[in-house]
Amino acid sequence: MEPFDPAELPELLKLYYRRLFPYAQYYRWLNYGGVTKNYFQHREFSFTLKDDIYIRYQSFSNQSELEKEMQKMNPYKIDIGAVYSHRPSQHNTVKLGAFQAQEKELVFDIDMTDYDDVRRCCSSADICSKCWTLMTMAIRIIDRALKEDFGFKHRLWVYSGRRGVHCWVCDESVRKLSSAVRSGIVEYLSLVKGGQDVKKKVHLSEKLHPFVRKSINIIRKYFEEYALVGQDILENKENWDKILALVPETPIHEELQRGFQRLHSSPQRWEYLRKVISTPQNMKNDKCGPWLEWEIMVHYCFPRLDINVSKGINHLLKSPFSVHPKTGRISVPIDFQKVDQFNPFTVPTISAICRELDVVSTNEKDKEEHEAESEIKHRVRDYKKTSLAPYVKVFEQFLENLDKSRKGELLKKSDLQKDF
Amino acid sequence: MQFSGRTRKKLRLAGDQRNACYPHSLQFYLQPPSENISLIEFENLAVDRLKLLKTIENLGVSYVKGTEQYQNKLEAEIRKLKFSYRENLEDEYEPRRRDHISHFILRLAYCQSEDLRRWFIQQEMDLLRFRFSILPKDKVQNFLKDSHLHFEAISDEEKSLREQDITASSPSLSGVKWESESVYKIPFADALDLFRGRKVYLEDGLAYVPLKDIVAIILNEFRATLSKALALTARSLPAVQSDERLQPLLNHLSHSYTGQDYSIQKNPGKISLDQIDSLSTKSFPPCMRQLHKALRENHHLRHGGRMQYGLFLKGIGLTLEQALQFWKQEFIRGKMDPDKFDKGYSYNIRHSFGKEGKRTDYTPFSCMKIILTNPPSQGDYHGCPFRHSDAELLKQKMQSYKIPASGINQILDLVKGTHYQVACQKYFEMTHNVDDCGFSLNHPNQFFVESQRILTGGKDIKKESSQPETPQPKPSVQKSRDASAALASLNSSLEMELEGLEDYFSS
Repeated sequence: MEPFDPAELPELLKLYYRRLFPYAQYYRWLNYGGVTKNYFQHREFSFTLKDDIYIRYQSFSNQSELEKEMQKMNPYKIDIGAVYSHRPSQHNTVKLGAFQAQEKELVFDIDMTDYDDVRRCCSSADICSKCWTLMTMAIRIIDRALKEDFGFKHRLWVYSGRRGVHCWVCDESVRKLSSAVRSGIVEYLSLVKGGQDVKKKVHLSEKLHPFVRKSINIIRKYFEEYALVGQDILENKENWDKILALVPETPIHEELQRGFQRLHSSPQRWEYLRKVISTPQNMKNDKCGPWLEWEIMVHYCFPRLDINVSKGINHLLKSPFSVHPKTGRISVPIDFQKVDQFNPFTVPTISAICRELDVVSTNEKDKEEHEAESEIKHRVRDYKKTSLAPYVKVFEQFLENLDKSRKGELLKKSDLQKDF
Repeated sequence: MQFSGRTRKKLRLAGDQRNACYPHSLQFYLQPPSENISLIEFENLAVDRLKLLKTIENLGVSYVKGTEQYQNKLEAEIRKLKFSYRENLEDEYEPRRRDHISHFILRLAYCQSEDLRRWFIQQEMDLLRFRFSILPKDKVQNFLKDSHLHFEAISDEEKSLREQDITASSPSLSGVKWESESVYKIPFADALDLFRGRKVYLEDGLAYVPLKDIVAIILNEFRATLSKALALTARSLPAVQSDERLQPLLNHLSHSYTGQDYSIQKNPGKISLDQIDSLSTKSFPPCMRQLHKALRENHHLRHGGRMQYGLFLKGIGLTLEQALQFWKQEFIRGKMDPDKFDKGYSYNIRHSFGKEGKRTDYTPFSCMKIILTNPPSQGDYHGCPFRHSDAELLKQKMQSYKIPASGINQILDLVKGTHYQVACQKYFEMTHNVDDCGFSLNHPNQFFVESQRILTGGKDIKKESSQPETPQPKPSVQKSRDASAALASLNSSLEMELEGLEDYFSS
């Protein structure tokens, strides 16, 4: 893969927005079938331009205007906001108080930095294949809950371009949810609570709520490989002391210390820990037994959500197919069916796909292309010849499902209205 | 033609048609009434409902909500005022109609400010909670089905399929027989307070809610809906208020809510300074008793104590001159320089009487204010002893006041349940030797007034076993203390407030 040089961004973006950005699909998404009048026209976009110039309240009348503006401004970053009561670009002309955010997708932002206290391999903006499993687990846990518990059908997972993932929940009823309900959903999905000054961030009650039970079952599938082998969380005293900090102060500590010193690997020590906390003797202690084991697993593996991203209807979030200015990677949709195989390091960078496009063009120049071919058709084939293609396909599948649902709803409504 | 058996309508008599308007003994008040009524009925309905809501407020302070005493007294009051509450009575139409119309009339009066709205919503919620609590199970199903909330009872089959998951999720089901519990499913967004804390089972967007938790949801929904409706009502209020027939009534109604604040001195100067020491042990509530004691002992009080006690004294009738003399005497005993007093403290005393600066006549603090704001720290003597003293200290205080042990235990129990004002009422009962103080306490000056009333022979509620008193020439003789008499005295303060209102309309 070509190394990415941020200095090349202006040129690369020009090419990207001219020939690669999937405008048709993008518009198809945000227009939502044109069912609600002005839904696209009242949507806020924000652009971050060169030199960190940030402009809000951008809105467009149609796909063509969107294209022209993006090509003209060449934004480094694109964010999507809410659908407002009026065209955002005209918000200054609206009577005070009348310009309101009305609808937006329910969004989640899971950031690897929030796991710094439990991952040993990296910290802050860095990620590696070892800690990426945290994202895999997060996606599985959250997606299952959104689908099975809340009944949400249209969930788009997107790689943020650097150190995390976003989820866009696009069901019609979900876009109308109030801020209070959005907060409530995040609360429902939260198990790890507390900042730096809280040692023990996870407390499980005796009766496990099905959400908790099912989430732990997901973690179980990855725990050995991720935590015991990859992260090696019981490698040495420095590390197993961190785990002991989560175990209630009792003679158990000593027993565990002795055992840990005797054994040679994290998996061995974990097995030992499980045995010790389940002995009838230690079970008499209030918080022993399997709950302790689960609390440790949750502490190390369970997703951490930023409630501020999800609760505000007017919150702006990075757009899919936006470019990450530092890494050059495109924010691509993640194929949930293949989430275990997703590798953020193979996500195409803007320089890579532009280079691929050059290669394609040189090849085509040799064949004699018909001049009269429309620009659009040209572009449609353009991205298809780059590494971007499979990701656009995932996006299209997502759009297909939205369409199917919409048709189903319309059919239901017309059935109800039919007179006999 | 075939008619579907279910939708076939029976021929109904006129009476049945009326009942169809109000199929339940309670409602969410979603639709305003649409009939015409006379002005007199309009006024009567408003006054009656206001009486009901005020009783609810009083009962809520005097008794723990949901206890037998509370429920019985509330039911009695509703029945007395002829509002609906239960089914299976002869003619349900009239009480339900009165309930419906009176609620909407009061909305007009109580939408006008944040405080009024909050008060109105609180009492209406308590009323709804009560009515729902006495609904028999089968009626509950019908009521929920007819409501705008999308509750749906789940079949036994559905229930048994999810037994594990539902029992693991709902704390309200612990220790309860699974078979006898009804479970309802509603869209998850309608059960916000339950699902956010993972206190309910969610599946495919539906929350599976046991009956016990339904009440919380209903009340929340009611509060939210009523709040919005009041805001809307406030906007259309100018049109209503411009109707000259309604304007005076609506103004009266909302003002009578605030209750006495003891800011207007009834008998200024009636009390002399040398009476205060004995009054402090006989008629002061414990908060003021301890402030007075501290003042006498230390010859000083800090600012919080001076405010709380100083305004109380104003409320019982001390004039500005008396107050200045009172405080100056005491502070000088503490070796304060008289000039320093004049410079530093007398200004503040005059200020609190409204004779300086802003010229606001400050009102004596109510119990709520003392309990909720400005808690005392080391070296302070203000606050509410029941709220701010720890149990041991409170016990000692009560013992020093010669309260019998059984009384002290009752007081400590009430304090543990955070019923501070009821605990103070108990103190009143113990120190005045009555079984039922006959009022619900919300102001220290009220304590004083009521105490004086008993001690100077004005009240008719006395302990049954007390020695027969010398015959009183007063018409209000010792009544036997049954529930209705107590309730009547509870209402006596209400009567005072509504007096003006009724006089206005009786002519």
